[in-house]
Parts: sequence; C-alpha cells; structure tokens
Amino acid sequence: MRPLDLLWLVPALPIAGAALNGLICLFWPKAGKSTATLIGVGFPGVSMLVALAAIWQYLHGTNPAPFEQTLWSWTAGTFSIPVAFLLDPLSVVMLFVVTFVGFWIHVYSAGYMSHEAGYRRYFAYLNLFMGAMLLLILGNNFLVMFVGWEGVGLCSYLLIGFYFDQSFPPQAGRKAFIVNRIGDFAFLVGMFALFAKYGTLTYSAIFPKVVSAPEALTAPYALGLTFAGFVALCFFIGAMGKSAQIPLYVWLPDAMAGPTPVSALIHAATMVTAGVYMVVRSNAIYQLAPEIGTFVAIIGAFTAILAASIGLVQNDIKKVLAYSTVSQLGYMFLAAGLGAYTAAVFHLGTHAFFKALLFLGSGSVIHAMGGEQDMRKMGGLRKYMPVTFWTFALGTAAIAGVPGLAGFFSKDEILHNTAATGHWGLFAIGLFTAGLTAFYMVRAVAMTFFGKFRGTHDQEHHLHESPWVMTVPLLVLAIGAVGSGWVGIPELLGGGNTFHHFLSPVIAQFPEHAIEHPEMAASTEWLLLIASVAAGLIGIGYAFKLYGGGEFGGASWAKRFPVVYRLLDHKYWVDEIYDRLIVKPLGALSRFLWKGFDDTIVDGSVRALAWATELSAEGGRLSTTGNVRHYALYFFLGVLGLFWWILRS
Amino acid sequence: MSLPHSVPVSWFLVLAALLFAIGVAGALTRRNGIGIFLSIELMLNAVNVELVGYSRLLGERTGQVMVLFVMAVAAAEAAVGLGLFIAVYRQRRTIDVNRLNLMRW
Amino acid sequence: METAIFLIFAALALGSAMVVVTHKSPVYATMSLVLTLFSTAVMFVLLGAPFIGALQVLVYAGAIVVLFLFVLMLLNISKEEHQQEGQTVHRWVALLGAGAFIGLVVPLIYRATQSRNAGALTEEFVSIREFARDLFGRYLLQFEIVGLLLLVAVVAATVVARKPPAAPSGVAGADSPISEVEP
Repeated sequence: MRPLDLLWLVPALPIAGAALNGLICLFWPKAGKSTATLIGVGFPGVSMLVALAAIWQYLHGTNPAPFEQTLWSWTAGTFSIPVAFLLDPLSVVMLFVVTFVGFWIHVYSAGYMSHEAGYRRYFAYLNLFMGAMLLLILGNNFLVMFVGWEGVGLCSYLLIGFYFDQSFPPQAGRKAFIVNRIGDFAFLVGMFALFAKYGTLTYSAIFPKVVSAPEALTAPYALGLTFAGFVALCFFIGAMGKSAQIPLYVWLPDAMAGPTPVSALIHAATMVTAGVYMVVRSNAIYQLAPEIGTFVAIIGAFTAILAASIGLVQNDIKKVLAYSTVSQLGYMFLAAGLGAYTAAVFHLGTHAFFKALLFLGSGSVIHAMGGEQDMRKMGGLRKYMPVTFWTFALGTAAIAGVPGLAGFFSKDEILHNTAATGHWGLFAIGLFTAGLTAFYMVRAVAMTFFGKFRGTHDQEHHLHESPWVMTVPLLVLAIGAVGSGWVGIPELLGGGNTFHHFLSPVIAQFPEHAIEHPEMAASTEWLLLIASVAAGLIGIGYAFKLYGGGEFGGASWAKRFPVVYRLLDHKYWVDEIYDRLIVKPLGALSRFLWKGFDDTIVDGSVRALAWATELSAEGGRLSTTGNVRHYALYFFLGVLGLFWWILRS
Repeated sequence: MSLPHSVPVSWFLVLAALLFAIGVAGALTRRNGIGIFLSIELMLNAVNVELVGYSRLLGERTGQVMVLFVMAVAAAEAAVGLGLFIAVYRQRRTIDVNRLNLMRW
Repeated sequence: METAIFLIFAALALGSAMVVVTHKSPVYATMSLVLTLFSTAVMFVLLGAPFIGALQVLVYAGAIVVLFLFVLMLLNISKEEHQQEGQTVHRWVALLGAGAFIGLVVPLIYRATQSRNAGALTEEFVSIREFARDLFGRYLLQFEIVGLLLLVAVVAATVVARKPPAAPSGVAGADSPISEVEP
C-alpha cells in the first residue's frame, strides 16, 4: 500500500484521537494523564508521518499530476458531493506546514498544559481542530473545505473559551465564533453562486471550466459586479472573518484568552491562514476580477498597518503577537490581491514557523512567570531562560526581515510584487509597516528579556527555563524559522525561486489575461531590497535604543503625542464603535423579540389556548349532574339534531 | 280474507309517532324509575306499530318479523332493567332517579 | 266501520298513554299501559298482522307487564316516593323536544305515503304460515341470536338481582355490581 493511499488517515487520525479522548473523558474521567498524552500527541504524530510519507511519494513520483482520493459521496436526491482529498503543490505546502508545526505544538502542549485541569479535554479539542484543518486543506471541493472551515471555527470557540470558569474567555470565544459567522455566511453565498452556475463544487471540475470560458464570469451578475467579482468578494468576506482582516479582525486579540499553544496553533500558524489558502485556491476566479483583487490588496495593506500601529503600545506579550499576526496576514492578502499568489503562500509558510515559535516562546515566558503576561513586570529574563531567549530572538529577527532568515525572503517577495505591479502607495504602506513590525517586536524582546527584572520577589524565585518537552519544539521551529525561507530565494540573489516554480501549476493560466510579471530593472530591484532591509534595521535599532536598557523609552513619544497614544492604546475604539452601532441594537432587538414576541404572542397564544380549554372543561363539567334524566335529555336532543340534519335534504 | 282499507296507512303512522313522542316525554320527565321504564315500553310499542304500518305500506312481511325481534329484545331489557332496579332499591331504598346521582361532578 | 274502530282505539291508546306518562302511582300507570297495549294490538289487527297482535297481548301485556307488577309489589313502592316532579325547565325542554320530533316526523310520513298506497290485504300477507316461513327460513340466524340474547338476559337478571352473600369474609366477589356503592 502506497503512502498516498493512506492520505485519508491524515485527517482521520486526529479526529479519531479526539473522539477517543472525548469518550475517555465521559466514561473514565479518572484515567491518567499519560493516556491523554499518548493519544493526544501520538495520533497527530502518526498523522504527520503519514503526511510526510505521502508528500515524499508525491514529490518523487513519476507522475507530477495532482493526486485525488475519493472516499465516498454525499448524496441527497440529485445533489452529490464527493468526500475526496486532493494532493497538489498547494495542498502539499499547507499539509506540511499544518502537520509539522501542529505536531510540535502538540508536544509543547503536553508540557505547558501539564498542570491544568481539563488536560484531556484540551487534547481532544486540539486534535479535533487538527482534523478539521486537515479536512479544510485536503478537500478537493469547496464543501469539504467548508466542513473543515466550520470545524476549525468550532474548535477555535471551544479552545478560546477553554477556561470556562472565568468570565472573559467564554465571551471571547463567543465573539470569535459570531464574527466568524458573518464571514461564513458570505462564503456560503459564494458557494451557492458557484454551484448554481457550474452544478458542482469540485475544484478540478470548476477551474478548468473557468479557464476555458472566462466570458461566462465576466458578464455582469449582481450588485454591479461580474460573476467572478461577486464570488471573489463573497469568498474574501469569508476570509476577512477567518483571517482577521478589517473589519472582522476584532476577535483575534480577544482570542488570546485561550491557552498559549492554542494561540500558536490556531491563531498564528493554521486556522487564520485558511482565508489565504481559500483565496489562492480560487485564484482562477480572482484573476478574472481584478477590481476585487485590488480591494483585497488594499484591505490587506491597511490591516497590516493598522494592526502594527496598535501593536506598538501593547503591554501584554500575547497581544503584541496577536496584532502582529493580524498585520502579517494583511501582508499575505496584499500579495494575493495583486496576483502574487505564490508570494502569499510563501509568507504563509514562513510566518507559520516564526509566529508559532514566538507564541510558544511567549508561553514559555508566561509559564516561568507563573501566569504573568504583562511585559512591564518582566525584564532581564535572558539570564534565566537562555533557550527561550535565543529562539525568541531568532523568531523576532525572522519577522523583522533580517536578511538570510525566512521572513526576509517572503516579505521581500511580497513587497517586490507590490512595487512591480505599480502599486507604489501600497508599497509605501507595506514598507512602513515592515519598519513598525521590527520596532514593536524588538520592543517586546527588550522589555521581556533585557534590563533588570521588574516583577515581584516570588516571581523571581520561580523563574526557570522550561522543561525539554517545551524547549525542543522551540528549537525545531527555530530551525524552520531560519530555513524555511531558503526554498524561495529570488533570482536576484542567485536562487532559482524554487518555491515559485513549485506552486505555479496551481495558478490558473489564462491565454488572454496572462499575469503580468512586469520586468524591473535589476537596479530597481536592488534598491527595493535595500529599502526593505533598511526599514527593518531602523526599526530594530530604534527599538533597542528606546528599550534596550530596560527603561520604557517609548514613554517620551507618548507624552509628545498624547492624542495619538490614546488612539492607539484604545485600539482606535473599534470595539467600542462596533458595540454601540451593532451589538447593542442587536441585543435590544433580540430582547424585544424574546419578551415582546416570543413570550407574549407565541407563548401567550398557547397559554390562551390552555386557558380556553380549561374554561370549557369547567363549563362542560357542570353537565355531568349524575342525574340520568338529564343525560337522557341530552341524548334525545342529540338524536333530534341528527334527525333534522339527515332530513334536511 | 280481504279487508277494504278506508283508513289510510298514514294515520297509523302518525298515531305511532304520537305514541312515541308521549313515551319520550314521559321517559325524560318522570322521576320514578318504574315510570321511566313504562315510558320506554310505550316507545318500543310505538315503534312496533310503525314497523307494521310500513310493512303494510310496502307489502313486505319483513317488518312483522322485525316486530317479533323487537318484542323479544324489549322483554330481555325489561328483565335485566328490573333486576337492576331491585339491586339498587336494596342498597339505596329508593328508585327516585334524582337521588341516584353518585356520578355527579 | 273500520274507521270507527280505528278512531276509538286510537283515542284509547293515546289517552291511556298520557295516563301512563303522568300518573303519580306506578301501579296505576302500569294498568294504563296494559290498556295501551291492548289498543295497539287492535291496531295491529287492523293493519293485517293478527299474529303480531296476539303476540302483543301474550308477551307484552301478559308477561312483561306482569313482571313489572311483580317488581312493584316486591319493592312495595309507595305513593310518597314520587310526589314532586322535576324542575320546570327540564320538563319544558323535554316537551318541546317531543313536539319538535312530531314536527319532523309527520311531514316525513306524509311525504312517504303520498306516492304510495297500501295494496289490498292478501291472504298471503296475513297468514301465519308465511310468517313462520320467513322467521324460520330467511331470518333463522337472527332468530337464533335473539334466543341467545334472551338466555343471556335471564342469566344477567338473575345475577344482578339476587341477594348479596351473607358473610362478608373479604373474599373477592361482588355479586351484585352495585353492592359496593355507599348509601
């Protein structure tokens, strides 16, 4: 049996692990932690091995064609959707990222969550998430993707609200789920439109038709858009929700209420990237709707800079990373919107490594600080936790775009494509944001690891490096953060941009609307490269100047521009605006429908019916006098009535 | 033997209806249990007349046979009913139906 | 002459029926019923069913009424038991109902008899032989069932009316169905 035939095991194993752990939760609650760990880490581990074997076989096969494996068909009447998996270059990349990074985060969790109640429940949820995410990326049609999409949304809710005995986490979980729902609705509408037009949702059925008959999609369709534009917009709104872009990003910072490994896995490396995957998968449609593509790019760019600006003033280490994630996702959409699909996926991959690394590192710090997350209470931790410090620093360097590390290559690819397509305004935004990114990340590193320790005495005694079960994943991910960029070294620097060529079969080729790769002079390219490196280095340097000594150098800026500071500190009051404009009116409407409608009218009519029945019963009761003569009279009157009725004719 | 019939059959039928009505009124109105029974017998008798009348009208003998059966049933009913009355009287010392009202609400 | 006989006995029947229904004493009412039964027996003969008429006198007047009288004497029901009558409303409704009944039926009768006329009385119609042929021929099954019914009635009446057993030893056995009724 070839590994590729076992492809279905890749999502099935984590789901089975989740079910198994769930059942044990229900029926053997006293079972030891070791079984939970064995199942919870083991099953995804085997899944990863199968995935790697399948990828190996795929890459070294004689036939580079996409591999499809169909399990069975969902049929309802004439509507039939196959439950099938697809392995092609894009899903290979996603599969590798998800299983590899996911597995190491599972290992890390065994250490991080070892003292938590609900340990087994955690792994059940986390495995379920893995299964759903794998369904999402392996599905060969939009419906299987959607099942995975919804599944990861559910698991996100479950895991954000993991500490359900506190009041905030469940609220944050709800917020995530509800905001996601808005996007899901749009995604569904897009799927409906696609299905109405093509009668199928399978990629291999739709995309060739799109390429061969593009006129069908460029005719006007709805809302002043073409068909392609409409579907592209609907899908992007779905991506806005899942991948936290403006205006639906507000759930991600609050999602930090969940355990840190969850933040690493779901809100950095995998789930939030589902939107990018979806857009890249549907690139055939996006290519035919350039106006939507531009819209996507603009949203991406503005999200990037907005989130980065908020990240400048955050004091919670996880919140810094959360806004950073939103910002980096913005970069991915900037690329995808402008047609640089491979650049988007490239950044997705590198980001998964270094962001997961950063989150796990922060978890290590929080663990050592006994749960403290406020960086103002940290400081000088590099003495106590060298491994954590060095890996975290490496991740920071990667995200800041230090040359040679992963983030440098992927970010540069995006900026290069932005400039190459002539969007200099967006390029400027991207460049400035790169500087901001470097700044706030180094600020976080400095506040946490440099200077003097600012916490309490008890906390200081508690400081220690994390156990190997947590530090080994840090090291593995650090290797990835360094090395994952080397698959995409651009030609400018001597590489062959292997990654780009690897993914190109996934990008639809239109005979008439060929993607332009405008040629830039090599000198311009070098200039841009130097500019982006410079932005990063300036950010790093200035942050060190302000925070490196252990003081809060940014306070002087805050004093000079108090209004700006307040704006950033309050996250532009976006949450408050949403609350005032949307949440409260909706709540009032719901309350009205509940009290005024459901209770009064619906329940009221039932109550009235009961009351009427009781009344008539009370009345009817009086006729049972016990006196036979009365009964005989009723009888006779009834007979008379019957008689009259029959004789009417 | 052939009798001339100067009395139209309808007269008999109307008589029977009247007898029936009187019986109904009595069955509904009387308090005495025996009285109710007597009224019921009156009703059954009226029905018999009606049956025979129609039998004559239609020239069928089936009506007469039915009358026989009605009489038999009336006898059976009278026997059982009177037995019930005896049992009730033993218990309650009355057959005033107004007082036999245990199945009140 | 036939008309005269009819009118006399019809009047007799109606009159005695009224007495049955209204008289306070049950014995008098029973006696009146006998008179009614006799009158209707005459009606039967006039209608060409002499056998039925004879049966009426034999069975109804002779057996059933006697049964009534027996029970009356057995229970020694006195006059006082039945002084007041029931409520007025009830009586009026009953009377009105009876009137409505007449109002419904009589037109029906007239409609039914208008289109037909009774044929001449034939020997065949009147004879007992033909009657017997019907009873034991076409309607044999019904005849047998009625016999069964009478048997059941006799058994039932016996069971219902006998005295409850003397010793209340708690043995399961409600001989009289109404014996559990509290007075």
